[in-house]
Amino acid sequence: MTIQGLKKIVRSNIREYGMYIALVVIMAIFSIATKGTFISSRNIANLLNQTGYIAVLAVGMTLVIVIRHIDLSVGFLAGFLGAVAAIAIVAWELPVWLVIPMILAMGVVAGLVTAFPVAALGIPAFVASLAGWLIYRGLLLRVTSATGTIIIPNEAFNAIGNGYIPDLFPAESPFLPGMHKLTLLLGLCAALFFVVSQIRARRAKRAYALEVLPADLFALKLVFVVGVVALVTWILAGYNGLSWTLVIVLAVVAAYDYVTKQTVLGRHIYAVGGNPEAAELSGISVKRITYIVFASMGFLTALSGILFASRLQSATPTAGTLFEMDAIASAYIGGVSAAGGVGSITGSLVGALVYMSLMNGMNLLGTDISLQYVIRGAVLALAVIFDVATRRRAAKS
Amino acid sequence: MSDTILEMRKITKTFPGVTALSDVSFKVRRGDIHCLVGENGAGKSTLMKVLSGVHPHGSFEGDILIDGERRAFRGIADSERAGIAIIYQELALVPEMTVYENILLGHELRRGPVIDWNATIQKASSMLERVRLDVNPATKVKDLGVGKQQLVEIAKALSRDVRLLILDEPTAALNEDDCDNLLGIIRDLKTQGVTCVMISHKLKEVISIADRVTVLRDGKTVRDLDAAKGEIAEPVLIKHMVGREIDNVYPPRLAKPKDEVVLEVRDWNAYDPRIGRKVLKDVALHVRKGEIVGIAGLMGSGRTELARSLFGNPDGYELSGELVLKGRPRRFKSPRDAIDAGLAYASEDRKGNGLILIQDVKQNITLANLRALVRRGAAVDANAEVKVANGYREALNIKTPSVEQKVVNLSGGNQQKVSVAKWLFVKPDVLILDEPTRGIDVGAKYEIYTIMNRLVEEGMSIIMISSELPEVLGMSDRVYVISAGRVTGELAAAEANQENIMRLATS
Repeated sequence: MTIQGLKKIVRSNIREYGMYIALVVIMAIFSIATKGTFISSRNIANLLNQTGYIAVLAVGMTLVIVIRHIDLSVGFLAGFLGAVAAIAIVAWELPVWLVIPMILAMGVVAGLVTAFPVAALGIPAFVASLAGWLIYRGLLLRVTSATGTIIIPNEAFNAIGNGYIPDLFPAESPFLPGMHKLTLLLGLCAALFFVVSQIRARRAKRAYALEVLPADLFALKLVFVVGVVALVTWILAGYNGLSWTLVIVLAVVAAYDYVTKQTVLGRHIYAVGGNPEAAELSGISVKRITYIVFASMGFLTALSGILFASRLQSATPTAGTLFEMDAIASAYIGGVSAAGGVGSITGSLVGALVYMSLMNGMNLLGTDISLQYVIRGAVLALAVIFDVATRRRAAKS
Repeated sequence: MSDTILEMRKITKTFPGVTALSDVSFKVRRGDIHCLVGENGAGKSTLMKVLSGVHPHGSFEGDILIDGERRAFRGIADSERAGIAIIYQELALVPEMTVYENILLGHELRRGPVIDWNATIQKASSMLERVRLDVNPATKVKDLGVGKQQLVEIAKALSRDVRLLILDEPTAALNEDDCDNLLGIIRDLKTQGVTCVMISHKLKEVISIADRVTVLRDGKTVRDLDAAKGEIAEPVLIKHMVGREIDNVYPPRLAKPKDEVVLEVRDWNAYDPRIGRKVLKDVALHVRKGEIVGIAGLMGSGRTELARSLFGNPDGYELSGELVLKGRPRRFKSPRDAIDAGLAYASEDRKGNGLILIQDVKQNITLANLRALVRRGAAVDANAEVKVANGYREALNIKTPSVEQKVVNLSGGNQQKVSVAKWLFVKPDVLILDEPTRGIDVGAKYEIYTIMNRLVEEGMSIIMISSELPEVLGMSDRVYVISAGRVTGELAAAEANQENIMRLATS
């Protein structure tokens, strides 16, 4: 391949891969700066568990922003629903298997309530969800006012945010002692699945004479992704293996990625984001899509609330503070466009990882909290500027 | 001072994939009313955007000379300072502001740090007098009709000591009285020393008002004509605009329409609650199988409103009357209902609400009928989608490197083909095409016409809404003429001509 051709490919794909590269660079810098503490099994496991409750919010927020809206209410809604879960377990003594679906259903209802003024009355989502922000903050304070922080003494519930999947093989076996074997096996499966599906997709595309990455670059991409999966799996297997939080996040990301990329519903969501009028005239009900997207946001908010309460093993009067901003920032870092119609689920997951890696890394380094905010803000600004700049260049070429 | 107020020399302007202007020269004499004519897409508006700095210096080749002096405008502010004002088809007024606020917007009269409202009102009033507009300057612009808004725009330009006033199709949306009034005012301004360049499609009005005419075609200057030499006449203008005999533009159709009526509308009334008036009154029409029915009418006559009211009524009009599609009385609640029943509508505003520009060709083509591509439960079959898109790409000759190209990168004609392809994939019985050839070049037009003929030969019925009379005449089996929300006439192809359509359209 000529240098010219390589340059062109890098340029036309830089937007897609930019965030992955940024994530690797940030992780590398922190690993070096902390003399390896950052990349240690224990810290990576911790980082991923921390990212969980923001990542699921970022996934929901991605779709909300794609259809040109915003939802500011999710932070305190997550806090409030977490508190309701705690009360249901502690005061009402309901079983966990009932509490979780109940909280998720409440989240869906809350999402539909936010959607109503937006879809039916045309009220800007900013205002509608700002009202929700205030209301849920008030409700959170109210339900925790009598007791203050509610400790959740339920092992099953707390395992969601702190537990790890069991290993099928004994830890002290002679083969790979101390490693979590099931995690390694799952990692291997994931890598295989990725390689096979990528090769099949490429073959199908070529059959229709569509543009594909040149073979060498394609191979490089496969090696890179498989390498990352292998590395992450190895690191996690060296501690306690896959956490339940990570399993939940991966399941959510996989399901949402499938829905957005493969299904009619997903395509309709992006069509509404790309041009609501054209979508309506193509027979898509913009209202219906708005309700669905906000309901999904509510569902994931409830999930986030559960993850957070479980992780802290308690519900606090300030739970959920600024989660909405972290989720919005993650989505933007992940390449979502405020103009609508652009943004991917995996992008937002990476955005959340970039964002939380920064926090985690700076905490390890003992960076002052004031400076942390400044740096997070700067990274957000840079990411968006990078995104806009590459998009413009792509439009020109 | 020289005799020539403006000279544009050898202007070449290219957009990705298109040469909009090639080597255009344009010269305007001081004090003239100079008309610029040409088909849609001939480059008139682009030329004026080059002049006014919308396309800044450096983004095109060639020179602009004002009073013989070479100028380089980096933006509209620069050209305004040189005394050039441009008034677009889409008016640039703030509807929620008053007339006087609008007139001085951006050039507010101040006393110290604050706006001097008394002086503002006084100045605005005197400008309104110059355009003979008798309204209270404190009226909000949104409460004025289009004709009066146009005059407010001109008053706004005059308040800035404009020497060269450019009007881009100023009469397109006006009724006859407003047109006459506007033309009178332009003549007035001429006596006050304002030079005027006017882009217009209405040749009669060009003939009545122009001192000189420049004809553009396909981005080139074709001819300069001078009224003083008696060169300006309709046949001459048309000849230069189209550059060939007009009869040749339409491909022949082989099949005749059947007798079977596919769509019938009776006593169709629509009231638009947002503007508080009836947009359609007692409309009745029918469409046969395999027929192309033309709907002619001026802008704002209710053509698009009619189409949208039939197509599931996305604007929320209050409707009454009967709609019968394939023998069944229907009342569609949404475009989805209409599509499912076999009625499709390709919007006149491709970029605004027809296509999703940031998505690619295949996604746009399959959007209205994605369900047809679902396999294995919920997933859209990506391979089948590509196959479908490639099929239409070939059948309609859509020029694109691949069906994964974003639609925004396609030319207007190819975008239009994508828009048509989208509806063909739905396989409707009746397809409403609203301005199917607006803003696309002659070659692409011919291709669209050929596709339309093929579709009706295969048994589809087409309703074609168009403001281009030759097109309506060349393509339709029958023509309905609409004016002010009413059907004012129905003409068979044989009896229709430009004159009787125009008469009905303005009645």
